Amino acid sequence: MINDPLIEEIPLYEPKAGRSWSQRLHVDMPLLIGLLLLSCVAFVVLYSAGGQKIEMVFRQAGRLGLAMGIMVIIAQIHPHHLRLYSPLLYLFGVVLLAAVLVIGETSLGATRWLNLGVVRFQPSEMVKLTMPMMIAWFLASQPMPPALHHVLMAGTLILVPTLMIAKQPDLGTALLVFAAGWAVLFLAGLGWNYILALAVLGGSLMPVLWHFMHGYQRDRVLMFLNPESDPLGRGYHIIQSKIAIGSGGIYGKGWLHGTQSHLDFLPEPSTDFVFAVLAEEFGLLGCAGLLAIYLFIMARCFYIVVQAQDKFNRLLSGALTVTFFVYVFVNVGMVIGILPVVGVPLPMISYGGTSMVTLLAGFGILMSIQTHRKLIPPLESQ
Amino acid sequence: MNLDFNEKDRFFENKVFLNRIVACVLFINIATVGLLIRLIYLQVVGHSHYASLAQDNRVKISPLPPTRGMIIDRNGEVLANNYPTYSLEVFLDRVPDIDTTLAELKTLLNLTEDEIDRFNTLRRRHKGFEAIPLRIQLSEEEIALFSVRMPHFPGVEVQRRMLRTYPYGELTAHVVGYVGRISEAELQKLDPSIYSGTYHIGKSGVEKAYEDVLHGKAGYEELETNVQGRSISVLGRTEPQSGADLYLSLDIGMQKVAQDALREYRGAAVAIEPSTGHVLAMASNPSFDPNPFVQGISRDQFAVLQNSPDRPLYNRVLRGIYPPGSTVKPFMALAGLEFGQITPGKRVGCPGFFRLPGSDHRYRDWKKSGHGGVDLRLAITQSCDVYFYQLALRLGIDRMNQYMRKFGFGEKTGIDMDGEKAGIYPSTEWKTKTRKSAWFPGESLIAGIGQGYVQTTPLQMARATAILANKGQVIVPRVVERMKAPPDTENPFPLRNVENISIPPANWRAVVDAMVDVVHSGRGTAKGIAAGLTYHIAGKTGTAQVFSVGQGQSYKSMRVKAQLKDHAWFIAFAPAEAPRIAVAVIVENGGHGGSVAAPIAKTIMQYYLKGQANHD
Repeated sequence: MINDPLIEEIPLYEPKAGRSWSQRLHVDMPLLIGLLLLSCVAFVVLYSAGGQKIEMVFRQAGRLGLAMGIMVIIAQIHPHHLRLYSPLLYLFGVVLLAAVLVIGETSLGATRWLNLGVVRFQPSEMVKLTMPMMIAWFLASQPMPPALHHVLMAGTLILVPTLMIAKQPDLGTALLVFAAGWAVLFLAGLGWNYILALAVLGGSLMPVLWHFMHGYQRDRVLMFLNPESDPLGRGYHIIQSKIAIGSGGIYGKGWLHGTQSHLDFLPEPSTDFVFAVLAEEFGLLGCAGLLAIYLFIMARCFYIVVQAQDKFNRLLSGALTVTFFVYVFVNVGMVIGILPVVGVPLPMISYGGTSMVTLLAGFGILMSIQTHRKLIPPLESQ
Repeated sequence: MNLDFNEKDRFFENKVFLNRIVACVLFINIATVGLLIRLIYLQVVGHSHYASLAQDNRVKISPLPPTRGMIIDRNGEVLANNYPTYSLEVFLDRVPDIDTTLAELKTLLNLTEDEIDRFNTLRRRHKGFEAIPLRIQLSEEEIALFSVRMPHFPGVEVQRRMLRTYPYGELTAHVVGYVGRISEAELQKLDPSIYSGTYHIGKSGVEKAYEDVLHGKAGYEELETNVQGRSISVLGRTEPQSGADLYLSLDIGMQKVAQDALREYRGAAVAIEPSTGHVLAMASNPSFDPNPFVQGISRDQFAVLQNSPDRPLYNRVLRGIYPPGSTVKPFMALAGLEFGQITPGKRVGCPGFFRLPGSDHRYRDWKKSGHGGVDLRLAITQSCDVYFYQLALRLGIDRMNQYMRKFGFGEKTGIDMDGEKAGIYPSTEWKTKTRKSAWFPGESLIAGIGQGYVQTTPLQMARATAILANKGQVIVPRVVERMKAPPDTENPFPLRNVENISIPPANWRAVVDAMVDVVHSGRGTAKGIAAGLTYHIAGKTGTAQVFSVGQGQSYKSMRVKAQLKDHAWFIAFAPAEAPRIAVAVIVENGGHGGSVAAPIAKTIMQYYLKGQANHD
């Protein structure tokens, strides 16, 4: 076993005196600290963005508690079981998506919800997790890098739910689900020539995609390309968001002193555009600080990824980490005007429970992977 | 072997995976740096740009128009006041579809075409944030009607405003003048920092002359507004500076007496306090009600005023130019005495006409049979034309011009009001310049009795009379006695230095005695008003020919239309010994001065010196 590269590269054993409560609970402390830090930022910003209503912060804290609970529960599940149930969960998700398309509830022109009597359930959120699980399950049993027919198979597995979600229509979630699947493929070593070929193919499919887009989706893309063309109409959100951010300057206007958000110039200040509120009130320093917290969390995630002991775990954890960054990037990019407006919330900060539950469930998986490693004793003790 | 392969395979997979992780970490870092660069671009490079945009977004400047100064008469009666009213105003930037809004408001409030036209004119020159008035004065019903439907009209608001009102209406229309909506031409010249939020500006009279003082200065309110443009809070406020109150020397009681006395005629009457030049009354009849001008007079209403043959909009006191007729004779007499061409006692024979040496042309006296031998006193009392023909011939037009100008003939009086006319007092130079021809001695004769080229305004006559009453002390007429203004306010009409006329007391005595005889002697041309006077009035009648009577024709024999009848003049001051009031009255086409104009002057003087009008 001495020439096992895994053992050489990744120290799998961390000597510990005893098992702390976090270990017993299968909770990863650095990750938890990072997430709690984010939540604190969220409460501070939401209090301001939501018009200084403390009930709003309490409600969000309640959701955080619930989501944290789910995270801890998922963290108890052994990755073996996660892997075992991946295909089933994926299928279940696809069936639910099909159900949404048939009997889903419509709200604001989009059909995204299943009414389960007690709660409204959004299957596309679940697919955000089952997608990388499924692709990781599929590719883990194949040699890396995947062969062409495996890539095609994985591509199909990615595209089916993606298109179903895009049909709802929910372009933002479709994009994230798509990204989660592709992240697994990429991490599995998808050849650069494939990536290039797919990029070209994707680019040439753009006009086709354009053809299938809804009017408002086209508008958003057009507005992204030239927001000033209609400053009081559809380009309004992007312009006002940029004004909010730009007027914040380096140090910001101070907490509760943002004018753009408080005077309703900023659209959806507590959900999709919450980053603009932060940027206006806390300036460049606040933005950099938030990005630093995200980077810290991702750094810890990558630590978990490289320590993961089998292929499924590595692919899944790696994909979840990359997806997390994609969430951040797409939202911030949209708010600062370098990406088109797609309805993607800022992870852990935006007001709302659904996306937070999904996110923390993902972190639960990461924690499970981290805390259910087989302890391999140091070499000397063998 | 299988195991070896698996080991090798595993090693390779590991390498691929780690490569991909490194690629991801690299991508994430590059993307994060990209986000940061964009944030720096927005928040550091573009900060000032976006900060000002945010400020524009949030702060709206709302002008606070100042309260216009009041205009008050010498006894504290308010002649021009402000009262609160509600106006319907439109904020263009908040109205989604202005044409639909206008159409709906038109049916709701019965907007007239005039109002819509005016609104559209204002709209074309609209500047940013300011509201545009649609209707200045809303009735209670209209406010209620609109308020119910207000949510349907975003950007249309009912605003409280101060509106000008003239309690005495037509009595003060010519003196006080009126304010009206600012015209496009006026707007070009106005300082927007002073006039933003103001819709009215002085258009005539004191309102126009003292516009700068009366208007005051606009203030501003910085309002924090939300995305709908509705104001949330007041960030800052610069108080408007109210306009100064003006105290006129005018006596509204006397004004009423004068206006009433003129009621039957077209004409004008001015009363001046000789010692100060303060105008006590200034009536021009017919007059008009200035109040409709404030709210915006309709075209029809204005056309009626504009096209009336009686010309009610025309201030005869300042702008009416008439031949002064015989009212110049006292001044001519002073000129003759000054230049030694006559003495009080020297008699002139009056056969009823005058002939220039070597000419057959007869210059007629108003009295066909002649006055016989007349001295200075009788010449004025009887208004003998021949006496003054001869005097004019001796003086020559240039000496007459030189002397008469000292009394203000042919020159603006310098009153603190706009638009006065200078009239004409001719000279050889004047004739060469304007008529391109030489002066004829006969023209001097005509000028000597205040006809021909000579033209004066009633105000000029009143001023000349006041100067005469002052024994040569020159005054400049003033309507505004004082203003309640900040100390650094510049008076728009500073008093200019004037050169007094030195009149030897004997000369003055001779002329004024004759003028007293005009009223108080049995032969005086205005003897009809002498009854009931407890003081002496020094006066002089005048009859200004509108139409020149041809040689060999008799005035009476002509069928003279009313419009061609002579204008009747009367100038006077009283008490003759210590003058307190000087008056000039003209009645257009009134005929003889003594019978028409003199009673009006008497009424005015009686009001002032007796404290009551004698006719009621």
